[in-house]
Amino acid sequence: MSEEVLLKVVDLSKSFGGVKAVDKVSFELRRGEVLGIIGPNGSGKTTLVNMITGFVKPTSGKVYYRGKDITGWPPHKVANLGIARTFQTPRPFLRLSAYKNLVVPLYSPRARRIAAAGGFGDRETVAMDLMEDVGYERDSSVPYKPAAALPHGYLKRLELARCLALRPEIIITDELLSGLTVAEASTIAPLVEKLNMEGITFIMVEHRLRELFRLAHRVIVLEQGKKIAEGPPEKILEDERVKKAYMGAEVI
Amino acid sequence: MEARRKERIDRPVKAQTDGIYALASMRNVMYLLAPRLFPALALIVVPALLPTLYLKRIICIACVYALLTLGFDFLLSTVGLVCLGGALFFGCGMYAAGALNYYYGLPPVVTIPLGTLLGALISTALLIPCLRLRGIYFAMVSLAYPLMIHRIIEATLILGGTDGLLGLDGLPNVWVELYLVIGVTLIALFGLRRLYHTDFGMVLRAIKDNDQAVRASGINITLYKAIATFIAALLGSFAGAYVAHLYMWAGPSGWALDYSIFPIAAAVVGGMGTLSGAVVGSFILAPLSEMLRAFASLRIVFYSSALIVFIMLWREGLMNWLERKYHQIERWVKV
Repeated sequence: MSEEVLLKVVDLSKSFGGVKAVDKVSFELRRGEVLGIIGPNGSGKTTLVNMITGFVKPTSGKVYYRGKDITGWPPHKVANLGIARTFQTPRPFLRLSAYKNLVVPLYSPRARRIAAAGGFGDRETVAMDLMEDVGYERDSSVPYKPAAALPHGYLKRLELARCLALRPEIIITDELLSGLTVAEASTIAPLVEKLNMEGITFIMVEHRLRELFRLAHRVIVLEQGKKIAEGPPEKILEDERVKKAYMGAEVI
Repeated sequence: MEARRKERIDRPVKAQTDGIYALASMRNVMYLLAPRLFPALALIVVPALLPTLYLKRIICIACVYALLTLGFDFLLSTVGLVCLGGALFFGCGMYAAGALNYYYGLPPVVTIPLGTLLGALISTALLIPCLRLRGIYFAMVSLAYPLMIHRIIEATLILGGTDGLLGLDGLPNVWVELYLVIGVTLIALFGLRRLYHTDFGMVLRAIKDNDQAVRASGINITLYKAIATFIAALLGSFAGAYVAHLYMWAGPSGWALDYSIFPIAAAVVGGMGTLSGAVVGSFILAPLSEMLRAFASLRIVFYSSALIVFIMLWREGLMNWLERKYHQIERWVKV
């Protein structure tokens, strides 16, 4: 992990009508780290992600990427900076076969610029390479199946592959491990670890705390839109406010 | 009685004709070629055999509608825009070609391509601010534009007012009239089908499936929707520019509701999302509607009835049904 700050969020807020979904949240993301964001349902995690990635315009506050103000940029521009994201419910392009789903991000200006410089081969070959990177077997029929026919676990991998196609600096995952069996989660978590070792910085919004706390270097806790704690996982576990936010439930 | 259900399975020949094995036998080649080649040949040969000018004109009009319907079907099945702007594309093309001929005296060989381009640019520019709208809202705006322009022309008496631009140059002869529009229709049909399977086409189709994921993939969807709209507008504006010279007139009826409503009916009858269905549907409905010419304003009732009947009873449409029958067999199996 280096000291370079990739992403800086300053007093980011969003109100929907009178409700403050996110209330003056600030944090820094350093290159190479895995930052976890946790909090009870409705604490503003997804809204925070949506504001960073441009899907929701903040009411106030700033987002800086490598020192550049990107507050309120549209999603495609943010993605082309190298900030990729997954969605809570994987929504693949159902009418395309699984690997052809990756043609879409590979068609983005960023991916094309990098492909032109790197000479990786045509888009279909690159798509297959990426499928392999996230654990699809190249020689099986699975990558060729229509995305509509894939099981949930494979769709989560496809979401990751869609991010990787952008050759991202940062991947922001929104409940990547939710809805997976323990067996499926135990194959996807190491995948995140591997990608992180290869130099991709992660923000992980997660409900599966057991897996997250193994991956994350630092964790931020949100409650009712406010940041109530920040620190390494072992500190977070002992924080009284965090325990209270989770209603005293035994979470680990 | 024992329970049974209908089973649908692909014909073996369908799998055989996937990829390079398509070339393995003449039968395989014909399986792929026949449904594409013969209809195209029929469209080229049959009109030449028609005895009267009137019948040939009906073919021309059917092609004009086919182009509008192709645009509608293309926009709906790729980027998912319900575009009722057929009359907008048609009217812009018609007036652009008409004005170039009327005011500047340019010949049809120049005004048709230039009018097509100009009409498509104008109508796309009008629609770009509305591309963020979805579903019914985009449909309403695209429907309202031509009605508005029609009234503006009538009220301000620009571009010939209610009379329109009269006495435009005609096309040299009936063969040029016929084969110009047939050629463009075939190029449009096979060109769009080709486009579906390019990487660019994949991106367009992905927008309909899930526009948020496309945006997260670094694609500017407004730009891609605008390009798709421009492609559809090119087809519609060509139809308009062509008709201006076919009828030697560009008038307010170019903004008629028919050009917006007909494509929906023809696409539904022909089978949505197939593109070929757009052409087939137009060739069914356009001649029928021509027979109802005596009841002029009742024609829109006819399209609407066809639309309602098909949507209620046979939503699949003709070409989707044919395609299924061609590729699959059905049989009863015990359960």
